[in-house]
Amino acid sequence: MLGLTPAALLVWRGFADRLGANPIEEVLHHLGRSALIFLLITLSVTPIRRVTGWNLIIQARRPLGLFAFFYLTLHLLWYAVVDQTYDFEFILEDVLERRYIMVGFTAWLLLVPLAVTSTKGWIRRLGKRWRKLHRLAYVATSLGVLHFYWQVKADTYWPIVAASVLALLMLLRVRIGDGGGLLRSRKPARGRRPAEVADPTSSKDL
Amino acid sequence: MLIRRPDDIPSSEITSEGVYVNRRQFIGMSAGVALGGAAGGGGLGNFGDALRHDAGPRSDTGPQKDWSTVRSDLDEELTPYEDVTSYNNFYEFGTGKSDPAKNAHTLRTRPWTIEVDGLCANPGVYGLEDFIKPGTIEDRVYRMRCVEAWSMVIPWRGFALKDVIDRADPLGSARFVQFTTLLDPGQMPYQRYGILDWPYLEALRLDEARHPLAILATGVYGRDLPNQNGAPLRLVVPWKYGFKGIKSIVSMRFLEDMPLNTWKQSASHEYGFYANVNPEVNHPRWTQARERRLGEFRRRPTLMFNGYGEQVASLYAGMDLRANY
Repeated sequence: MLGLTPAALLVWRGFADRLGANPIEEVLHHLGRSALIFLLITLSVTPIRRVTGWNLIIQARRPLGLFAFFYLTLHLLWYAVVDQTYDFEFILEDVLERRYIMVGFTAWLLLVPLAVTSTKGWIRRLGKRWRKLHRLAYVATSLGVLHFYWQVKADTYWPIVAASVLALLMLLRVRIGDGGGLLRSRKPARGRRPAEVADPTSSKDL
Repeated sequence: MLIRRPDDIPSSEITSEGVYVNRRQFIGMSAGVALGGAAGGGGLGNFGDALRHDAGPRSDTGPQKDWSTVRSDLDEELTPYEDVTSYNNFYEFGTGKSDPAKNAHTLRTRPWTIEVDGLCANPGVYGLEDFIKPGTIEDRVYRMRCVEAWSMVIPWRGFALKDVIDRADPLGSARFVQFTTLLDPGQMPYQRYGILDWPYLEALRLDEARHPLAILATGVYGRDLPNQNGAPLRLVVPWKYGFKGIKSIVSMRFLEDMPLNTWKQSASHEYGFYANVNPEVNHPRWTQARERRLGEFRRRPTLMFNGYGEQVASLYAGMDLRANY
């Protein structure tokens, strides 16, 4: 429920008239920033778990990821409905012609299947493929960072910070991950129980 | 153009700047030199007011302008004083919109010196009060369109740039006039960071600078400019993107060749010298066809030359405005 904090903060600021002179823009940016932060936190769960050995943290990953998707969807809706007052023509033009909007929209699109398949049912159904699918989280976050970088006028400080964090997380996964990392580590073959293969989110595999 | 006389206000009509519902404002230039003359007396009376370093709170009930009686042919509402003075791009004080209002208190606007030099017959170094002497202080309501695609309507107080140009008497070889902002990281802390090349530099072609719409502003909403708006003196060129409105000016120099203005130097494929508001020429990364007028819910279509085309289009006759963005 802490995940609702950014949204709650926005609502409070709205009522307290602390959104500044351009509240539509402020809300849009706040939602985007929150989404990106949640994405980065979600991607840091497994590295933290590996480094600290704190296995329980894996349970936080799904709610964190879903909150990221929640804020991202709000960000998209705010843009389409409030900022552009669902002027479909303008929105279409924006998506097709402004590259930062195209990558942002693509990032959201990529996360839709991830949100949908976040349930235990889907994990079971997809088996090994679930993990492969959810690697798209890295792609989507990268596109999100690019969206951010291309959107700012000149002050690229925060986009570069976000890119650095993402790069670090990806590097960590490459180095520490085995089945869950970007590179498969060379491990001696051993028999696997069916349950391990069927549930990619079980502690053994991650 | 709005020419106001300060004692024109029936006491029953005194309103605070924050109230702006259903105001009608007079936007655009009037050929009212006569009006200018009539306001001259009142203008000089305001002169002293304009120079008072007014850092008073919003509840300050100094001379109130009755903005509601200003005639407007465009029916656009004034942006509230609170927004005009809290939503600023002034990177010397931080890159967030609310940073300048928070941080600009370190700027010392008195004493203030302005150097006039370059290709002119009458160079000099002036204190602020002497520099603005040739000008007739007036109130003018202008649209302000930022290149980021948001806009405001602001009642500036200032004088025609032409007046100080005439005093400087540029030589025949001078084709441009260039302005620079104060360079002092002690007062402007973000000048320590290389977000832009400091000091901020802007310039106009001399005919643009002499145009009656171009003003140097010393105040806003009838008060001294707050620091975050570019105190004590800033340029306002309403038919161009807001980044041409250089703030906290310390130098005016006449040149033969076009200088490199700061934003063009920062990203030349995104920001040009002319920077005329033009809905047909997009920024490489976003559209310029529409803008967010602060306070409004729907975006509105951007107007060619920010709606001042009738007055300024002739300056650019025959120019390719896509190439000269």
